[in-house]
Amino acid sequence: MTGLLLAEFTTTEKWVVNSFWGVIAAVMVYAALRVVTTKNVVHAALWLVVVLAGVAVQFLFLGAEFVAVTQILVYIGAVIVLFLFGVMLTRASMGDDETVADEKRAMASVVGILLFAVMALALVDSFDDTEITADEPQSVATVSDSIFSQYIVPFEAVSVLLLAALIGAIVVARQD
Amino acid sequence: MFATLAADAVSKVTTVTNDANWFLENAWIIPLLPAISFVLILFFGKRMPYKGAEIGIAAVSASFVLAILSGVAWMDHRDNFELEKHDDEHAIALSDGAGSASDTAEYAVGTLAAEAGDGGTHAYVAVQQSTQWLQSGGIEFNAGIMVDGLSVMMLFVVTFISLLVHIYSTDYVSGDRRYTHFFAFLSLFTASMLFFVLSDNILQMIVGWELVGVCSFALIGHWWEEKPNSDAALKAFLTNRVGDVGLLVGMITLFFAAGGGTTFDTIKINEAIVQGGVSHTALVVAAACLTAAVMSKSGQFVLHTWLPDAMAGPTPVSALIHAATMVVAGIYMVARLYPVFWEGMQIEGSSINLLATVGAITVVGAGLLAFVQDDIKKVLAYSTVSQLGYMAMALGVGAWTAAVFHLFTHAFFKANLFLGSGSVAHAVHSFDMKRDMGGMRKFMPKTYITFVIGSLALAGVFPLAGFWSKDEILVNTGGWGVLGGSGAAPGSYTFHFVMGMIGAALTAAYMTRCVYLTFHGEYRGGHHEDHADDHADDHAHHGEPHESGPRILYPLYILSAFSILIGFVNFPPGFLTGSKKNPSGWQERFLHFIEPAGSSYFPAVGHATPSWSLAIVASLVAVVGAAFAYYYYFVRLDRLSKQLGESLVGMPNGVTTTNVFARAGHNLLVNKYYLDHLYTGVIAGFTKGPLARAVNWVNQNVIDGMVNKAGESAVQTGQLVYHKIDQTIVDGAVNLSGRVSDASGEELRAINSGKVQNYAAIMFAGAALLAGAFVILLAL
Amino acid sequence: MLLNQFLLLAAVLFCIGVYGVLVRKNGMLVLMSIELILNAVNINLVAFGTLTDDVGGAVFALFTIAVAAAEVGIGLAIVLLMYRNRRSIDLSEADLLKG
Repeated sequence: MTGLLLAEFTTTEKWVVNSFWGVIAAVMVYAALRVVTTKNVVHAALWLVVVLAGVAVQFLFLGAEFVAVTQILVYIGAVIVLFLFGVMLTRASMGDDETVADEKRAMASVVGILLFAVMALALVDSFDDTEITADEPQSVATVSDSIFSQYIVPFEAVSVLLLAALIGAIVVARQD
Repeated sequence: MFATLAADAVSKVTTVTNDANWFLENAWIIPLLPAISFVLILFFGKRMPYKGAEIGIAAVSASFVLAILSGVAWMDHRDNFELEKHDDEHAIALSDGAGSASDTAEYAVGTLAAEAGDGGTHAYVAVQQSTQWLQSGGIEFNAGIMVDGLSVMMLFVVTFISLLVHIYSTDYVSGDRRYTHFFAFLSLFTASMLFFVLSDNILQMIVGWELVGVCSFALIGHWWEEKPNSDAALKAFLTNRVGDVGLLVGMITLFFAAGGGTTFDTIKINEAIVQGGVSHTALVVAAACLTAAVMSKSGQFVLHTWLPDAMAGPTPVSALIHAATMVVAGIYMVARLYPVFWEGMQIEGSSINLLATVGAITVVGAGLLAFVQDDIKKVLAYSTVSQLGYMAMALGVGAWTAAVFHLFTHAFFKANLFLGSGSVAHAVHSFDMKRDMGGMRKFMPKTYITFVIGSLALAGVFPLAGFWSKDEILVNTGGWGVLGGSGAAPGSYTFHFVMGMIGAALTAAYMTRCVYLTFHGEYRGGHHEDHADDHADDHAHHGEPHESGPRILYPLYILSAFSILIGFVNFPPGFLTGSKKNPSGWQERFLHFIEPAGSSYFPAVGHATPSWSLAIVASLVAVVGAAFAYYYYFVRLDRLSKQLGESLVGMPNGVTTTNVFARAGHNLLVNKYYLDHLYTGVIAGFTKGPLARAVNWVNQNVIDGMVNKAGESAVQTGQLVYHKIDQTIVDGAVNLSGRVSDASGEELRAINSGKVQNYAAIMFAGAALLAGAFVILLAL
Repeated sequence: MLLNQFLLLAAVLFCIGVYGVLVRKNGMLVLMSIELILNAVNINLVAFGTLTDDVGGAVFALFTIAVAAAEVGIGLAIVLLMYRNRRSIDLSEADLLKG
């Protein structure tokens, strides 16, 4: 189905695709800003869902179907649920985040804008008008072949990491 | 692009051997058994009737039997190989898999066969079995075993000592809270050490090296509830990390320089170096880095400081890990990768190099330190450091066989001494020779005899084990040119020869002191409840210590027998029968079976011919050293303590019988005061001959403790060595770096609000600024 | 489509995430901001993978997702522990590092 979606993109007029992309990007940026500014923790988690879904769509634009599906499954399916559990377990913060001092906001804004300026400068300088084409989506078979041959060592490392995180989370959070 | 997975590589087991015995081809079972035992003890140990000890003992016994059988098989293999050599043009290597001919063809065998074909040189091949573990980026990572004389010898030593230590421990740590845990780690250690010595590639060696380090850490900190013990474990671990960096860098250098960036195989790397063509600079770097690894693992100056502290672990652990096996891992590594050092340090024809000099300094430095220790295990620990120095020195001067032979004999007599000290400590519940021991000869005659045998062997007294190996090292330094007999020694290392001689005298002297303080004189313990590493059972309050049980004594007997006899396995030719050129069938057996002489992966190391005169002089030096110490302790101190007993307390038994803690403590202090001055006088006896005799004379006559100027300077000499060099310079450097960071931290305190987010903001801002500078530079 | 439109979007998300990490007092919200940063990285990985027609970018994006999942697990455990010990997950109160 996602393949169909992509085919739709590639056959449609360029400006249609681009404007569609623009809308989604704008929604994502707005949602991301809400994540870091809203006072309600639960609202922040829900805004985060919007951003994550937007990222999944970006993956589709780039032809990485499998990553997009994984993004939805793992992030929206599991990570967000985990966050909501966390919010419930730390009941005290169910409501609003307390007000943040203005000078802290100013400092963080300066750092953020500085970072963006540097990155934007570097990106514009390096990839001025590099075109990117995603004619056909990467098949799951290609991805899996790659993971289980060329990237077998990092794959094993990640599985050990997940195990370690599992044990670590239990050790850190258990009651006694 | 598609790399092979480990699963389909298992069938590609490569064997390089000439019709080797089953026991050699399957030596991998030997480390596997203790590894299985570790898992079993961990899961089922506590439910077993003997709490897991029986699993460990069974596994190690089986490994021991297999190790002996593979040793026998190796001898057979070695001899048969030489027979085949006469048949000429025999294919040296065969492959067991029908279809894997191409695997072996590209292997080192090709060059071997060529050599055997055109030259008359024979090359015997170690039995090697390897299987592909994984493959990534075109590099094969193999796991396998390499069995040759050296590894067979280590298999025997490790399983043998480990078995005895297991048996000993069933008594020694009985009733301990973590009894099962202790045996589990003994098994794991044994498995790791065997895995290490069987490695056929340098990557596997690193893994084994780290595994034994972890076991050492866990066992030193066995009684971690007491702060000093866990501190000692941490110190051992962290000091070893320093050397491990050297190990990694050295091995990586070897991988690229000698392995061509494609293989980790030990034999291939060694062959490449022996054949020449490997960059000399790379070998210098590799040899220097690996020397750093030896310095930490095998306790060479200046990284030796962890080893004495490691005595915080249980005594059986000290015997197994910190005397007989793990600490010789560094020596083993050098012996295994000997071409690296042979070429990298240009050992042949030289008279000085890094490894030999580090070893020589360690021999004397640690020997001196052994004098100022009150803790019996620390005396033995410094002695171990000193003896490891001998081994490193021997390897440095080109005496490969002598070094490995000393490793072999040292394992037995030092394990004997450690287990003996444990037996004493088990009885008096302390390791402090001055406070709690003395006169133990009466209470523990059997331990006494074994301990004395061990000491004599360590001191190098004819004809015990240490004599043969130490003599071989000394003669191979080639520094003996004055009286002839250096023969074909690889170099002429006069300085190292002298240091070795001094070391021999020191060894004899400090062991005499140790034996005196522990076993002779009056019993000084039994009056206070100090506990060093005593546990559960409490016959500390029975007043008099008593002899240990059979499970402690029998290992001691066996080790004593080995300490006496094992030196004969490398009986030098030219003595009694045979000639120097043509040894009889029973002479130089060790050299014959262990040294891979003439094989393609070992350099052509020369051997010095043994010398009667050197043997006699070396023995004399040891005897003189012992005589000095004997005079101070057995004659002078004996008299002193008798006089003290009368004058101070007026009781026939002196300080030992009183139950009043304060008075006993006071008397003890007085006693200790005297001892302090006397033993530092002994050091002066060896460092400042005539001066010390003067001190001696004065002390003999002025009993009230008045120390004249000469005495003070003698004291200072002794203290200098211990406090300045060991405590101040080495520890000071560590403390200084701590203080520097402390001071700079004080300065930076102002911006440390403690709020993580402020730190993060500074970090991000800094990163942004740096990246910005970078981008602007690039863009311009 | 231009490569830069993806990269710049990722840069914006990244900087918003950094802002969130720096400004938020609530531990949960800091973790969410970290997720923004990680997603920005993922967009970059996939974009470059598509540019070079290499599946490696996608594969590493998957690895990043796995690592992020582990990170959230551990992070939440720490926040819970903090809540249990202090009855608060206000990061401005966590200043034991104060010199």
